[in-house]
Amino acid sequence: MPRLTINGKAVEVPAGTNLIEAARSAGVEVPHYCYHAGLSIAGQCRLCMVDIDKTPRPTIACNTVAADGMVVQTETDRVRETRKSIMEFHLINHPLDCPVCDQAGECWLQIYYMQHGLYDPRMTDEKVHKPKAVPLGPHVILDAERCILCSRCVRFCDEITGTGELGIFERGDHSEIGLFPGHELDNKYSGNVVDICPVGALTDRDFRFQVRVWYLETAKSVCPGCARGCNIEVHVNRRRPHHAEGRRVARLKPRFNADVNRWWICDAGRYGFGFVDGADRLRVPARREGGTASDATWDEAIAAVAGALRRLPPEEVGVIASPKMSNEDLFALRRLLDVCAVRRVAVQVPPRAPGDEDAILIRADKNPNSMGAELMGLGGDARAVLTAARGRQLKLLWIFGHDLLASAWPEPEVLEALRRVETVVFTGPSANLTSAHAHWVLPAAAWVERDGTYTNFEGRVQRFRQATEPLGQALPEWEIVGRILAPLGEAPSATRAEHWFRQLAAAVPAFAGLSYQSLGDTGRRLAGANP
Amino acid sequence: MTGETILTRNFERSDSHTLRAYVETGGYRAWAKAQAMEPAAIVDEVKRANLRGLGGAGFPTGTKWSFIPKNHAGPVYLVINADEGEPGTFKDRYLLERDPHALVEGMLIAARAIRSATAFVYVRGEYVEPWRRFSTAVREAYEAGHLGKGFDIVVHRGAGAYICGEETGLISSLEGKKGWPKLKPPFPAIKGAFGAPTIVNNVETICHVPHIVNRGAAWFAALGTKTQGGTRMYSVSGRVVRPGVYEAPVGITLRQLIYERAGGVTGNGRLKAVVPGGSSAAILTADEIDVTMDVDGLKNAGTMAGSAGVIVMDETVSIPESLMVVARFYAHESCGQCTPCRESTGWIYKMTRRIVEGRGRKEDLDTILDVAKRGAGTTICAFYDGAVGPYISYIEKFRGEFEALIPRA
Repeated sequence: MPRLTINGKAVEVPAGTNLIEAARSAGVEVPHYCYHAGLSIAGQCRLCMVDIDKTPRPTIACNTVAADGMVVQTETDRVRETRKSIMEFHLINHPLDCPVCDQAGECWLQIYYMQHGLYDPRMTDEKVHKPKAVPLGPHVILDAERCILCSRCVRFCDEITGTGELGIFERGDHSEIGLFPGHELDNKYSGNVVDICPVGALTDRDFRFQVRVWYLETAKSVCPGCARGCNIEVHVNRRRPHHAEGRRVARLKPRFNADVNRWWICDAGRYGFGFVDGADRLRVPARREGGTASDATWDEAIAAVAGALRRLPPEEVGVIASPKMSNEDLFALRRLLDVCAVRRVAVQVPPRAPGDEDAILIRADKNPNSMGAELMGLGGDARAVLTAARGRQLKLLWIFGHDLLASAWPEPEVLEALRRVETVVFTGPSANLTSAHAHWVLPAAAWVERDGTYTNFEGRVQRFRQATEPLGQALPEWEIVGRILAPLGEAPSATRAEHWFRQLAAAVPAFAGLSYQSLGDTGRRLAGANP
Repeated sequence: MTGETILTRNFERSDSHTLRAYVETGGYRAWAKAQAMEPAAIVDEVKRANLRGLGGAGFPTGTKWSFIPKNHAGPVYLVINADEGEPGTFKDRYLLERDPHALVEGMLIAARAIRSATAFVYVRGEYVEPWRRFSTAVREAYEAGHLGKGFDIVVHRGAGAYICGEETGLISSLEGKKGWPKLKPPFPAIKGAFGAPTIVNNVETICHVPHIVNRGAAWFAALGTKTQGGTRMYSVSGRVVRPGVYEAPVGITLRQLIYERAGGVTGNGRLKAVVPGGSSAAILTADEIDVTMDVDGLKNAGTMAGSAGVIVMDETVSIPESLMVVARFYAHESCGQCTPCRESTGWIYKMTRRIVEGRGRKEDLDTILDVAKRGAGTTICAFYDGAVGPYISYIEKFRGEFEALIPRA
C-alpha cells in the first residue's frame, strides 16, 4: 500500500489508486470532468492537474497512480493558474445559455467556473456552432454546443452497456458527440449518460423543462422495479408544483452503492415512477355494491374488513399479499394473519410474460421484496388460494396490489374466482382490472410516499424514505393493517414503519440485530443470506 | 561542405526503386551481416552511431529500441511512420519513391534488433505513388525471400489526418480507431499497437540502419556532431532558387543549406525568416541562420530540428499571413481530444485571421501569446506544443509587422 503526502497530509491508499481517488481519501477534491470512477481513464479534459514533487510541470491526477513517497500539491499557484486556463478553454465556445439550460444549478461548468475560473472573458470572436436539441434516443437529447467532449457518455456505452452507439465525430473545435449511422441511443441504461454528463449537453427528455433543479427536494430511496433494489434518489417538486402541471416526482437518480448498483440504474427503473401521479391512483377508500362504486371513509372500510375477519372462520379467508410490499407491511400483515389464524396466504403471482434480465443490473423478478416475503414465511401457493375461491371455499379474498387479470393465470378462472367470493378486498396504490372487481378498495401509499425497507435478491435489506405526502387518503399498507388489528384486540403498537421493523427484527431470526440505524443509507446484508 | 551522400546516393538512377538496382549498389548486404549479429549487438551499434529519430522528436533510436521489455513473451511490433505530414517536409516521400528497398532492409535489421516478427508501415493517405513504389518493393522482397521467413511487412494507408503522424495517434489509427493520441504512460514500447510492445520509427531513421551495420557506428557518428551522427535529408522549400531535398551532414549550417545547396533566396533576394524544422518549429530571423542543423544545435537556438523541413521566406512574405495559414492548419488538424488544444487552436486562428483582415485589436497579440503559453505542456501529445512554436515566435520576432495591421483606435 503506497504512502504519499497530499497537501501535507499523509495517506495510505491501495496499490493502483490514482491521485484523484488518493486525494479524496485525504479529503481533497481535485476538480475534473472526464474522469469517472466507473469508466476507463480518458485524460482529455486536462482539468485535474496537480503538482508532484520533482515533476517539471503540472500532471493530470486521473492518469497518475499513487506511488510510495509521492508528494502531491493540489493548490499551488501554478496548478490554480492551469485550472483557470483550462476553465477558460472549456468555456470559450460554450453558449453560456444557463437561463434556459436544464443543467443550471447542477452544472460543473458553473460550479468550477465559480471555484476555479473567475477570469475576465476575452473571447470575442464568433463561437463554433453545432447541432442543438438533437434527440439521441427515447430518453436523451443532445445540445452539442454545450458539450465539453469529456467522452464519458461514449465510454459508458462502450464499457458498461457494450452497445457502442455514441462516438465523437469531426475534429478540433468542431468535434461533436453523435450517434453512429443507423443507431439510436436506446439501450436499457441510456438515462445514465445524462447523470454522468457533467454539463447540459445531454439532458433527460422526461425531466427537461419541468422544473429548475434548485426547487427539488431529495429523499434517499430504493428502486422498486426489480429484485436488484438499486439505490436511488427521489427528486420531488413540492415548491413549484405548477411548473410541472402538478407532477410531484420530478425524476429518479441513481445513488451510489458499491455492492448493489454502483453508479447506475436501468431506464425501466428510472422512468418507472409515472404511476405515482397517474390518473389511476386510488385516493380514497371505496365500496362496490351491486355494481355501483361509492367512496367510503376509512372507518367504514376498516370496520368492514375487521368485521369480516372476526366473523369468518380462518379457512374461509384467503390473502394474496405482494412482493412489492415492504418488509414492514408484510410483517404487520403476518401479525394480523396470526391473530386471525389465517393460513391461506400467498405472495407470488406468476407474470404473464417472463421478466427480462441481463448481466448488468436487471433481474427477471420484477418485485423488490420477494426475498423479504419468503423470509417471513408468506410464500404460500397463490394458485391454491385462487382454486379455493373458485371452489366457493372463501368468503373473503384480500388481494394486495396484484392484477390477477393481467397474470399468467387464465382470465376466466380469475373472473370466476372473483365472482364466487362474497367479499373481495383490494389494497394497492393504483386501480387495475382486478380492483374493479373488489367490494372494498383500500388505497395504499406509493413507495415514495412512505418509509420502509425491501430485501433484495441477495438478502440485502435497504431503506427507502418518504419523499412526498401520500396522495388523497392513501396509507401505507402497514398502517392499514394496523388499523384493522385494533378492533381485533391488538392494541396499536406501531405508529411508524420503524416500529414495525423493530418488531420484525425481534421476531424473525434472519433480521435479528438489524435496525433502521444500522441499515444506514446503503443497507445491510442478512447474515444468513445465501444468494 | 558537400560531403558524401548516403540515403540519396541512388536517387539519380531512374531504376533506383527496383530490387535489381538496390542489390547492384550493395543492397541487402547489411541484412546478411546483421543476421549473424545478436539483437543486442545491433541495438548497441545503433546506439553508438548516435542515430537520432528523424521524424521530429530526435529521440536516440538505439535507446528507444532498448525500451522493449526483455524476455517479453508475446508479439512485438515494429511500426514505420511514413505518415509524413509536417508542413514543409517531403523527404520520406523521396525515400519511398526512389529507394524503397532501403526501408525494407532497415526494417529487417530493426525487427531483428527488437525481436519483432511483424511490422506495419503506415503510409500517408495522399502518398499514392510512394505507396505503390513501396508496396512493389515489399512484393519484390517477398519474392526474393527476404521477407516471409519469420518477418512480415504489412502496408497500411492512412486517411489524411496530420495527427496520425503522432506515434500513438498512428497506433490508434492502425488499430482501426479514431486517430487519437494515447495517454502515456503506458508508452508504446511497453504497450503499443494492439496492446503489444511497439517501436515506432520514421522512414528516414530506419533507412540509415543498413549503412550503420555495413560501415560501423564509428563511421556514422563521425559524420555528424558530438550528439547526433550521420546525415539527414533537408526538405527546402519557399523562396529559394532550387527548392528540393538535400542530404547533408547534420552539422551543416542553415546558411550553407540555403545559400550553398538551395541556390540562395529568390524574389527580392533579401532573406526575412526561416522555419528550420517543419511548421511546428519556431521561426528564425535572417540573422539567426548561422546555426548547425542538428537536433541540439537548433534546440540551443530556441527552435527545433523537427522533421528538417526548411521553409524560407523573403521580404515579400507577410509573417502575419504566414501565421494565419499555420494557425488554420493547426486548428484544422487538432484531433479535438484535449481541451486546451481543441479550443485554443481555433481561437488563435480566429484572432490571427482578424488581424490579417484588418480587424485586429491591440490586445489580440498579447491574448494570443498568453493563450499559447497557458496551453503549452498541458496536453496528451506534442501537437499543441508544436503549434505554440509558431504562435509565439512569429509574434515575438515580428511583432511590428502584426501591429502595423491593427487599426489604431
